[in-house]
Formats: sequence, C-alpha cells, structure tokens
Amino acid sequence: MGIIKTEKLVFEYIRRDEEGNVEGITRAVDEVDLDVEQGDFVAILGHNGSGKSTLAKHINAILYPTEGTVWVDGMDTSQERNLWNVRQSAGMVFQNPDNQIIGQVVEEDVGFGPENMGVPTEEIWERVEESLKAVGMYEYRKHSPNKLSGGQKQRVSIAGVIAMHPKCIILDEPTAMLDPNGRKEVVRAVRALNMAEGITVVLITHYMEEIIHADKVFVMDQGKIAMQGTPREIFSHVERLQELRLDVPQVTLLARELQKKGIGIPDGILTTEELVGHLDKLINKSVD
Amino acid sequence: MPLILDHVDYVYGGDTELAVHALKDVSLLIPDGQFIGLIGHTGSGKSTLVQHLNGLIKPTGGSIYFNGEDIHDADYDKKKLRSKVGLVFQYPEHQLFEIDVFSDVCFGPKNLGLPRQEVELRAYAALKQVGLEDEFFYQSPFDLSGGQKRRVAIAGVLAMKPDILILDEPTAGLDPKGRDEILDQIAGLHEETGITVILVSHSMEDVAKYVQRIIVMNRGSVLYDDTPKAVFRHYKELEQVGLAAPQVTYIMQALREKGMPVNMDATTIPEARDEILRALGRA
Repeated sequence: MGIIKTEKLVFEYIRRDEEGNVEGITRAVDEVDLDVEQGDFVAILGHNGSGKSTLAKHINAILYPTEGTVWVDGMDTSQERNLWNVRQSAGMVFQNPDNQIIGQVVEEDVGFGPENMGVPTEEIWERVEESLKAVGMYEYRKHSPNKLSGGQKQRVSIAGVIAMHPKCIILDEPTAMLDPNGRKEVVRAVRALNMAEGITVVLITHYMEEIIHADKVFVMDQGKIAMQGTPREIFSHVERLQELRLDVPQVTLLARELQKKGIGIPDGILTTEELVGHLDKLINKSVD
Repeated sequence: MPLILDHVDYVYGGDTELAVHALKDVSLLIPDGQFIGLIGHTGSGKSTLVQHLNGLIKPTGGSIYFNGEDIHDADYDKKKLRSKVGLVFQYPEHQLFEIDVFSDVCFGPKNLGLPRQEVELRAYAALKQVGLEDEFFYQSPFDLSGGQKRRVAIAGVLAMKPDILILDEPTAGLDPKGRDEILDQIAGLHEETGITVILVSHSMEDVAKYVQRIIVMNRGSVLYDDTPKAVFRHYKELEQVGLAAPQVTYIMQALREKGMPVNMDATTIPEARDEILRALGRA
C-alpha cells in the first residue's frame, strides 16, 4: 500500500435552502481510487468545482468519507484515534497565504506546529532552522510575515508544515494568488522538498506548466478521476483536456497545431527544448 | 474621452523615514477605444497607478486630466468621474452584497440618481453584456459559481456606463476555461461598444492574445509603452524585472538560435504556427 490510498471514496453533502429544508444531495467525490507511492510527486488537475479540493481535504482528515476508505501511511482516516497521527503525516498548505500565518515573526510561525506537538524546545529551533532553509527563507526568520510578498508567505506556510516532519504534503492551489515570480519560487521550493527530502507531494493546481515534472497526473471532473497518467500521456490529449475546461502549455498547443498541418512531431510535447529539437531535425533533413 | 497623466508622482509616508516613492514621473495618454494591458510584478506600482485613474488617490506631484479637465480641481465633480472611469477591483465578488443578482447590479446606477426604469434597463443590459442568463437574475449572488459572481461584479460597473473600464486581474483564481470566457467577453464588449479597456494582468499569454498596447510598470515608472510585439522584443529585460514574455517568444528565440529563419514578432500560437510553416517551406 502506498503512503496515500483511497478506495471507492465517496463524499456527499446535503444542500439545504434558507429554511434548512433539504434541497438535494451533491456527490462531490464519486468512487475515487487513488494510490500514491512514498516519494512521488503527484499533481491533481481539474476545473473549479471538479472535486479536487474536496478530495485533498480527505487526505488530512478535514473531511471524512461518506463511503469508502482513505488510508494515510496505513492509517484509516475515519478512525478518530488516528486523527493527530494522520495530520502529522500529511500536512496541508492552502491557497491564500494570508489565512494561514499566525505568528508575529517568521520563525515563531514556523515553530507553532512542532510546539503544539510537544516537541522539546531545543529541537523546535532545529526544525525551524532546517525548514526555513529548505524553502530558502532562513534569512527572513526575524521578519514580520506581514511584510513578505505572497510567494514568500507561501514558502513560510510550507516551512510551517515541514517543521512537523510530515511524510507527505498536500498543496491546494498554493500559487493561485501569486504573481509569476512568486509562483516560480513556490514551485521550485516544492520540487526541492520532493527531490532532496523525499517528501511525497500532492499538488493541486490550474497551472499546467507547474505539473510537467510530476511523476503522475490525475485529472478530475464531476468528482471522478477522468484521466490519469504521466504528464506526457495527459498532454497528448489536447482536445480532451479542453473539454474538461483545462489548458495545455502553449508549446504543447503549438506542437499540436503544427501536427495538424502535417509536420511530423510526436504527441505530448512538454517543453520548448523538445519542440525545438524536433523542428531542428526536420530542418536538417530538408537541407539534406 | 481621453485620460492624460502628466508627470504624475506619488509618495506615501512622505514625512516619515519609511517614505515610499510608489509612482515616479508617470506620463501617459489613454485615448478613446484602446484595449490596453497593464503589466508589472507585485509592488511595481500598477495598482497604485490604476487608483489614480479614477481619482481614488491624489498624486503628490503632476496632474491628471479627463476630457481636458484637471480631476483634482477644487470644483471638479469626482462622482461623475467615477461613473465614467469604472474600476473593477481584484476579487470583485467580495463586494457583492445585495439579496439578488439584479439588485446588486442596480445599486450603482441607482446611486447616480437615475429614474428607476433607466436603472433597471441598464442593469439588464449590463448582465446581458457579461453573458449571464436570465435564470440567475433573482438568485442570491452568493449561490453562484466563482466565474458567475465575478461577472455580476463586472456588470455592476458596466451598469454605470463608463467610458473607460479598468479591470484589476479579472481572472485571478479562475480555471482556464473560466478565464477564457471572461476575457473573450471583455474583448467582445470592447469590439461592440468601443469602450476603452485597461486590463491589469500577470499573464503575458493573455495580454498577447487580446490587447493592442502594453504598458509595463517597474518600480513605479513606465518601463515600456508600446505594441505587444515591440514590448516582447525586450523579453530579456522583462525577465530582469520579474516578468516574462509569452512562451511562444521563447520558442521562436530558440528556433532562431538553431538557425531557423523565423520572425521573432510572432507572439500568439497561430502566428507562431504560420511562421514555422513558412520557415519549413510548407506555407
């Protein structure tokens, strides 16, 4: 069993009108089977309302399944006695950096999690230091979080999660409110955590260029997993992705447009280098 | 009605040690009917600039003229200015408050003191302009999806019948399809009504696709003010100030380095496709 596993996970909620009468039932997550291996970098895509955030909230026991089971590190999340251990194994970072920072000073904010876990003071400081270094924010440790940029705040939030030494970290659209620079900073920090520390990453996003390095991609639609595969496999289906209200990187679209015009390029081009490499070969061939 | 910024400066906290020079000697001419992209990284001064355009902030130096009149003259009617220069803030759906969608859109024109029939006609027209179906008109705005809420908020500004529509990152937080829908609608609105549109954005791809002119802000000054193609030629300089050209520009650059005779001016996917086909001798 992987670090995160769901089996026939269903989540339903009851819609009520203003008087509290039941209007109907919405199935936000519909029989999802997910299996994430320790150390993987997994991306979850989906348009607004596709159920991806609801799915993510099950992984650290903010929500419990209506039907089916979720295991985190082998623990059933619906068992109350597992609650703290589940949350310690699977840390979560949310969209809005301003909603998750509580400390007056960066290092205090990062120390909040381990302090609540009863970690000895000496070790808290060690953890704060290593976490801030891991996200490249160590030099800001004495700053006020209010004075940081959005990307910096998000990196502090991530440090706060890794200070709890989780096995996996779930990021729910961590870059949606950031500018291109902030987005790059955060994505770079997340990739480094995955590669250097071996922390399992589940990244939920709308931005396709953030997922091209993922090991596996899941695309959600109407609460179900509509597509899954490597980024290359996923991006080979440009039209299907567009049907699912998603984008593909510009380079993938351009490659597809050229393909339609009869240029011999393979499916699922992900980077500028790949496209240029293929076109370069074509030119040299036509010169010969 | 043209808007002119003449050597505008803005300093806040000026009498303290923490004085910030948010705008430095900004001079711009915004003529009628242009579709303009305003770009800059966080802290570049673009939001401060936008708030000057409808008189929310008073410059500490220089002047702003709307239709030939100085908007900070003692007897200038700022209320009228704000109905003519409509500003849609970031996350405008946070400002929805009425019991139903239609009343929310009526709020602005009602406050202009217009007769009720005119108010309702304007609200109806504005909701149609943003593509909201009749079935949503009497729902609570809080029951709508994120994209729909945002449209209602934009309709609220359109109902004021502005000459200039300024949108501060109208697509932040929307999924790609929602983003395209809103931007297509804004482009359609610009085409049909000839309204001047200023789009504040982080996305070069979006801006390249829609606008005629790009203003790039950096550290409170105008760094570039030109057509998209001319601005993207400076892609190296754009990177230095925390921005980037559209991915297409990088592809064309890389192809050129490989010796492929493509024109660097292609900034959108169809343009790039045609350039590559031409260079391959397939056009």
